[in-house]
Amino acid sequence: MANTNAALLEVEDIHKRYGKEEVLRGVSFAVAKGETKVIIGPSGTGKSTLLRCINRLTLPDKGRVWLDGLEVSHPKTNINKIRAQIGFVFQDFNLFTHLTALDNVRLGLLKVKRLDKRKATEIAMAELERVGLAEKAKAYPAELSGGQQQRVSIARALAMDPKVILFDEPTSALDPELIGEVLEVMTELAREGMTMVVVSHEMGFARSVADEIIFMEGGVIVEQGPPEQLFTAPKQKRTAEFLRKITELYGGA
Amino acid sequence: MPGLFQASLLNIALLFGFLVGIPIALLQVYGNRVLGWLASAWEWFFRGVPELVLLFLFFFGSSQFGLEMSPFTAAVLALGFRSSGYQSQIFRGAIQSIPKGQLLAARSIGLSQLQAIRYIILPQALRLSIPPWSNEFSSVIKDTTLAYAIGVNEITRYARFITERHYHLAMAVYLAVALIFLLFTYLGNRLLGALEQALRVPGFEAKAVRAGEHG
Repeated sequence: MANTNAALLEVEDIHKRYGKEEVLRGVSFAVAKGETKVIIGPSGTGKSTLLRCINRLTLPDKGRVWLDGLEVSHPKTNINKIRAQIGFVFQDFNLFTHLTALDNVRLGLLKVKRLDKRKATEIAMAELERVGLAEKAKAYPAELSGGQQQRVSIARALAMDPKVILFDEPTSALDPELIGEVLEVMTELAREGMTMVVVSHEMGFARSVADEIIFMEGGVIVEQGPPEQLFTAPKQKRTAEFLRKITELYGGA
Repeated sequence: MPGLFQASLLNIALLFGFLVGIPIALLQVYGNRVLGWLASAWEWFFRGVPELVLLFLFFFGSSQFGLEMSPFTAAVLALGFRSSGYQSQIFRGAIQSIPKGQLLAARSIGLSQLQAIRYIILPQALRLSIPPWSNEFSSVIKDTTLAYAIGVNEITRYARFITERHYHLAMAVYLAVALIFLLFTYLGNRLLGALEQALRVPGFEAKAVRAGEHG
């Protein structure tokens, strides 16, 4: 399959096996610039693994990935350079425990982009401002709430000026009352035209923000389409079943 | 001057053990099969052979092959190599106690493996290593007396000089030696405690870290 010029991120036929279990059984999709795709599906269907295969935190057994025309999965590609262009937001934040919020956001600018300290600080502070946490710049992760930590981790991703950001269940580890502040930041990002791939169970967010929803189960894409179509007239019986169950559970759709 | 000998022996051996112990730990955790195996063999040897035997190996053993070493050099090497084995296990325990997500997050923003180790893993692991490391400090400081056996002019040997001529002073002299060591360990541990406080990060207090402890 040729690299289509319209897609900013293109994922082609990703396979991944852990022991006997094939977690991903040939997943392909493309994301256009400025688009938000939300991946939903039951636990253990390889959604997180798929995200990690995109920036190669996990090495897929088979399959290729392109970012902006460059093959990420090519053996000669400088993966560190590519990762700097792909933001990644983890379920459990993974802020660097020994660094302040500012240093968490600034580290990549200093060590990967090799900016001078003044410029790096300027950008980092602007990104903390963007997620509403400029006044927490000097705080350590342990001094922040879960929601604040996740917002700092989004600022850390944003600071690198990524072409796309991958969100791996960004609100799943949060207390219910802290989910809102993180979704708010993400909604704002989507509105500003950031390209995003989001694995989430937040159906409200998926329905209102996603350009397209991808429903995955058993390591393959079962169905994909615009939110309204999936929510009101899904083509697959399994999609309807899953959406009904998850909406009952989480509400908000 | 025996005190000075002791102090420099201690410091050089600990520094040597630190500088060798860290790469050994890193190779055990992150190295490929061959390098990891070599690091483990090193650790196994220097943790398994008695200090006195190591001293004799370095001093008498090396001279047999025409490698003339001063007793002091041989003592530094024997104590330093042995300490590297123990220190490597302190660092390995600390490195392995750091959640995997820290390394993943570091790699995700584009840091190389080496950068991630340097800027994320080691600063956290070294903080966690200070309490178990104070054990190693206490241990090496006492092991310096073993250098007596190959003729290093350290405190115990000096005490023996005195008591050979003035036997009635034995109790007083050896009590003085004991006091000097108590003072050394006290000061050293206070210094390490102060260091731990100075490097403290909120929410990152050293908890129980699995480490190669010995007495």
